[in-house]
Amino acid sequence: MRNRRKSKPDIAYFFKEGISGIRLHGLMSFAAVTVIAACLLIISTFALVAYNIDVLIDGLASQNEIAVFVDETLSREEAQALADSLASVPNVSSVTFIPKEEAFENYLDMLGEDAYVMEDLREDNPLRDEYRVVMTDVARHDETVEAIKEVTGVAATNSEKEISDRLIQMKNIVNAVSYALMALLGAVSVFIISNTVRLAMFARREEISIMKMVGATDGFIRAPFVIEGAVLGLLSGVFAFLAEWGVYDYIATKLVESSGIFDMVAFAAVWKGLLPVMIGVGVVIGILGSVLTIRKFLKV
Amino acid sequence: MIELQDVYKVYDGSTRALNGVSLKIEDGEFVFVVGPSGSGKSTLIKLLAAELTPSEGKVIVNGFDVGQIKRRDIPYLRRTIGVVYQDFRLIDNKTVYENVAFVMRAVGAPARIIKKRVPYVLELVGLKNKSRRLPHQLSGGEQQRVAIARALVNNPDVIIADEPTGNLDPMRSVELMTLLEKINGLGTTVLVVTHERELVNQLEKRVIAIERGVVISDRTGGYYLDEK
Repeated sequence: MRNRRKSKPDIAYFFKEGISGIRLHGLMSFAAVTVIAACLLIISTFALVAYNIDVLIDGLASQNEIAVFVDETLSREEAQALADSLASVPNVSSVTFIPKEEAFENYLDMLGEDAYVMEDLREDNPLRDEYRVVMTDVARHDETVEAIKEVTGVAATNSEKEISDRLIQMKNIVNAVSYALMALLGAVSVFIISNTVRLAMFARREEISIMKMVGATDGFIRAPFVIEGAVLGLLSGVFAFLAEWGVYDYIATKLVESSGIFDMVAFAAVWKGLLPVMIGVGVVIGILGSVLTIRKFLKV
Repeated sequence: MIELQDVYKVYDGSTRALNGVSLKIEDGEFVFVVGPSGSGKSTLIKLLAAELTPSEGKVIVNGFDVGQIKRRDIPYLRRTIGVVYQDFRLIDNKTVYENVAFVMRAVGAPARIIKKRVPYVLELVGLKNKSRRLPHQLSGGEQQRVAIARALVNNPDVIIADEPTGNLDPMRSVELMTLLEKINGLGTTVLVVTHERELVNQLEKRVIAIERGVVISDRTGGYYLDEK
């Protein structure tokens, strides 16, 4: 059993060979990186949308205020008289009356520059008198809302919790789509890496067969190709991250902030978590794609 | 040391390539294995390199049992033998030096050893001044010597040459045999597989003749028996 020395891994050699494989098939490598980066971009966009909804839901769920709308057939005096009944509902800590004129002004303020479209309605205010009811315990939200609705003269209630329930439904849909996309695009990415590495191996098939004949271990033969796949995956991850940065900032500034509906989490707050995950996923896809290809190749 | 004990090799359940071959080659021997095409010579080489496993019987190569060997141990068996292929199998876009150096790298030899060993082996086969050429810039005989240098560079116990003179003219064939004898003189076992009678008859070596998968003759100073 002479010569049975352990092969010393020559990392520099593996990298040199791996990188040369990428350069040898520059166009193919470029195409692979582009497609995988696009896949990662789509997946990460969905993940970030889901994350933003999550943050929104958390924020909304902690709001302890309920808007209570007064039936418009009631006179102002009757409406104001409701305050006592509302205050006596269990779990209600405070009650504030907002006449419909004030509510209208608040609404105009919220619209800002666009307020002029509503200006004509000032004389014919479509809003109702309302109460801002604050709860002691947010957890008892549902029963409190039910009790308030029992009070005579209450037309409707609206709370952030109800919005958040709708958002949770939406998030579940986004999540389901995200997982489906992850599986599909992940498989596409692995397949693309696998094809790229297959090309590199095919170009080297003579070298590989000679290496096998002179007693190179499978691990030694495999290493440059695994590195090639990993580098392609890493590049894809980095490019996808940069693209996501642009896309996210665009959505956050242009679409969301200007419409004033809700705030998105700033990219500066998420990138530290996002970058390692995207690079990590890219590298894993790269390694998986090449290992699956090589296994077939080495068996021959 | 190479030893075959009553070895059978059957392909696809019916084609019998080897039909009960037993032979033993000691370290340091120079042996011809001769026989017509289809006699089982190629199967024999593939068994020795663990590209195939025997259907029956035992094949021992430098302490490795080919029939029992684990997949991960095959590389270590192959490091003990150097095969010179009939078609040389050089890498076209690598220089002579690189073609030889890369098989040392493939078994994990350190760079400083490679730098010393490759020029030594190229000098041994007489190609020291052509180390920067590409294979297609060399003659057939020179290409073959690159293939020999490559088989030799990892210092194997056995060199196996498969039809080494197939692509050479008679002059070059004699030169080649001289080189193989020189290598044998340095202590390496040499196994030459051929079907050329002139070559075998010129050298008084041990000749193992195979026909239809069986050894029909095995004697030192023997001659090629191509006629009954």
